[in-house]
Amino acid sequence: MSAHNDDRRPDEVDLSDPKLSRFDVYREGLRRDGIEIIHYEPRYAKPGTKVEKRMERIVASLFLGSGLFATLFVVAYIWWPWKYDGAATWRDPQTWYTPILGITLGLSLLLIALAVLTWAKKLLPVEELVQERHDGGSSRDDRRFAESTVDTVVDDMGLKRRPFLVKAALLGAAPLGLAAVAPLGGLIKDPGDMLTVTGWNAEKHNGGEPVRLMLKDGALVRPEMVATAGQITVFPAIEGGASNEFASAPTLLIRLRATDAEILRENLYPMYQDVEAMWGDFVAYSKICTHVGCPASLYEQQTQRLLCPCHQSQFNVIDNAAPIFGPATRHLPMLPLGVDEEGYFYAKSDFLVPPGPAFWNRPSLPEEDEQ
Amino acid sequence: MKRRKGTSQSLMTRAGGELDDRFKLAGPTRVLMNKVFPDHWSFLLGEIALFSFILLLLTGTFLALFFDPSMTHVTYEGSYVPLQGVGMSKAYESALNISFEVRGGLIMRQMHHWATLLFMASILVHMMRVFFTGAFRAPRETNWMIGILLFWLGFFEGFIGYSLPDDGLSGTGLRIAEGMTESLPFLGPWVSAALFGGSFPGDEVIARFYIIHVFLLPLALLALITVHIGLVFAQKHTQWPGPGRTEHNVVGYRMFPNYVMKQVGFMLFVFGVVAAMSGLFQINPIWLFGPYEASVVSSGSQPDFYVMFMDGLIRLFPAWEFRVPPYFTLPGVFWPGIVGMGLSVLLPLAYPLLERRFTKDRAHHNLLQRPRDTPARTGLGVMVIVFWLIGVISGGNDVFAQAFHISLNAMTWAGRIGMVVLPVIAYYLTYRICLGLQQHDREVLAHGLETGILMRDPDGRFYEVHQPLAEPDEHGHTELEYGGATVPKKMNRLGVLEPADRGFFKSIEETEDEGARKGGRRDEIEAGK
Repeated sequence: MSAHNDDRRPDEVDLSDPKLSRFDVYREGLRRDGIEIIHYEPRYAKPGTKVEKRMERIVASLFLGSGLFATLFVVAYIWWPWKYDGAATWRDPQTWYTPILGITLGLSLLLIALAVLTWAKKLLPVEELVQERHDGGSSRDDRRFAESTVDTVVDDMGLKRRPFLVKAALLGAAPLGLAAVAPLGGLIKDPGDMLTVTGWNAEKHNGGEPVRLMLKDGALVRPEMVATAGQITVFPAIEGGASNEFASAPTLLIRLRATDAEILRENLYPMYQDVEAMWGDFVAYSKICTHVGCPASLYEQQTQRLLCPCHQSQFNVIDNAAPIFGPATRHLPMLPLGVDEEGYFYAKSDFLVPPGPAFWNRPSLPEEDEQ
Repeated sequence: MKRRKGTSQSLMTRAGGELDDRFKLAGPTRVLMNKVFPDHWSFLLGEIALFSFILLLLTGTFLALFFDPSMTHVTYEGSYVPLQGVGMSKAYESALNISFEVRGGLIMRQMHHWATLLFMASILVHMMRVFFTGAFRAPRETNWMIGILLFWLGFFEGFIGYSLPDDGLSGTGLRIAEGMTESLPFLGPWVSAALFGGSFPGDEVIARFYIIHVFLLPLALLALITVHIGLVFAQKHTQWPGPGRTEHNVVGYRMFPNYVMKQVGFMLFVFGVVAAMSGLFQINPIWLFGPYEASVVSSGSQPDFYVMFMDGLIRLFPAWEFRVPPYFTLPGVFWPGIVGMGLSVLLPLAYPLLERRFTKDRAHHNLLQRPRDTPARTGLGVMVIVFWLIGVISGGNDVFAQAFHISLNAMTWAGRIGMVVLPVIAYYLTYRICLGLQQHDREVLAHGLETGILMRDPDGRFYEVHQPLAEPDEHGHTELEYGGATVPKKMNRLGVLEPADRGFFKSIEETEDEGARKGGRRDEIEAGK
């Protein structure tokens, strides 16, 4: 931002004139910045009228009020009981701690804001000025100077005369740029089987022993723990099986009514028929939605639907949990169920197709694609 | 008194002299203090975002003193009874501690969240102002693009920010983001593994998000905001057309004291509103959501409002998945999630260039346009707003379905169809309304404005008296050209029918000459607005 006071005009005020008032000097300063006063007068024609005094009093009391509430804020912050200690009603003072802080701080800020704004709108002079706008680039001279400066620099360095040097510099600098970002490679990790193998995989997570089903608290699951038409969330009974470490393992174990189970058995995809994925009237579906991975956990018994509350994909429980509404395109994979000699549920194998959201090289079985 | 005042002034002069000797400030100071700013309420919308950002830096610094971005597993033993004994990450525990164990921590958390919502909302409204008035045209295209980038930086800063507490709701949002990342063709699993340090959720993502949230993105935001405001300053603000206002001047008031005082007052006002809201209205009660568990979600899981549009698009997009078994799958979420978001970034960025190309208008513009004067642009803007709103509403369609007892599937279908049909209808209606408004302006300019006074001719004909805006010809017509400025439509816009009394509780008596001066001023000011 340069003060362009070198373009002296002939009508320029002589600043050495002793008769100049402060305002004359001020206006000359404005003029040299291309600013002209269109309108400028005190807000109140006569200083010290009743109206003006009243306005001053209002602004002053706003400032003082702000200070008062700021003090109250500090006092409340320090001395008002604030410690949370269990459920409380509105009669307990600590319930009011945050509202009181908000009200006092808010009012303090609002009052000082109003004070400043009122001062600006009601006490400052009424003014309208117009300033020249120097739009559209520099003067022709400036452009020529700049151009010649750049050209001189380019010439000094010989950028045009020494093309080989320029190429060499680029060839040298490009790998250096690459080297600067290369350490980010530390972030790169082979996804490996993270999207295809879950906590139900016996070989990987349980030393080859079939993985049993457990509740969140670690209790193993037996058939009689689920009432007819009831459902529970189960996890692989391995170390940390219910934790976020195995985020694609949560499974919904549903005990169907006998008639519904019959329908599902008829509908069962061949791949699930082959492994006898159902056990009695029990069926287990991956809880992770095949759309983008929220838990599809709302079970509507009447219509036998599973609903994902994130994007409302709906799956038909008595038809392989195939999607029937919403953005999901693939069924919720079924966990092949069995009951061991001790009477506990176990997974006969991992999911036959990867659970959760799809990715470009997601393996799928031909049966699935036919659906 | 007088003597002391003189001393202090000479002290100021001396201090000023010392400073100027060293830093040569006299010239720049004068230029800065006298810079003329145009005045209009709509020019202050962007400032709300700036002030919210300042508040975000302040409250965020406070929160960072207590927040621990670690996913180490701990058992909660704090004072919030329902979660005692529950396993959770350290990040969630420290966020709970800020709410329950840190004095004043809850209000700081809520101020940080409310200020974020205000930041994003004011950016949107400011963006609409700039769009509908054509303020993005040359020479200000760069600043429009910076503004769009600021919105998207804010979008990700906000999303990452509310993911940090690692609560049940934000974890679900993160899961969705992970599903979207996986959908990238060829790269998806690798990008996801890089982001989460292996399989979702892993135990690194919070620490990574933290450094992005408190350093990288704030730095980028701060840098771009500085350039954004610097450009407004250097290129000088646009102004509305009006008497005396041209493409080559700025009419308004001085930076000091008028503009700065209003800005400071406005800033404190925004701070005050956020502080009061944060004390009185609960926002993001993370203790109700519990820690994030991959198997738990509830209905009514909505992201913050600025993300809801994306969520709505994902909800509405049909179950279209492209598959070449067994080699390739293109998940459906790729279209709304990745392509949709990409277009939402690129199209607004390119808009000034597109409009330039289609209108072939390459001139510099410093005078704003009224939305009615550019029906096509206004229609397009309303079209985008309608599209966006349908996305936002669909992002909460389960809540609407429940509140109004509508079938959820009906809501989804209404959104799907509405998203295609309603923007087109909105465009057409807006276009017609703009033309109608223009027409009416021209009518008033030609015939004068309606006074509401009915007259009866000697031959029995009734007619309404019109007040011409200039000296009419023999047919009662005036030849006023439409200049893109507000046309007065009511008699009291012309200075008739002053309010009979002034004052709030009791009337303020005015001295006679002051009243006269006020009346005189009114003409002058009103004519320019």
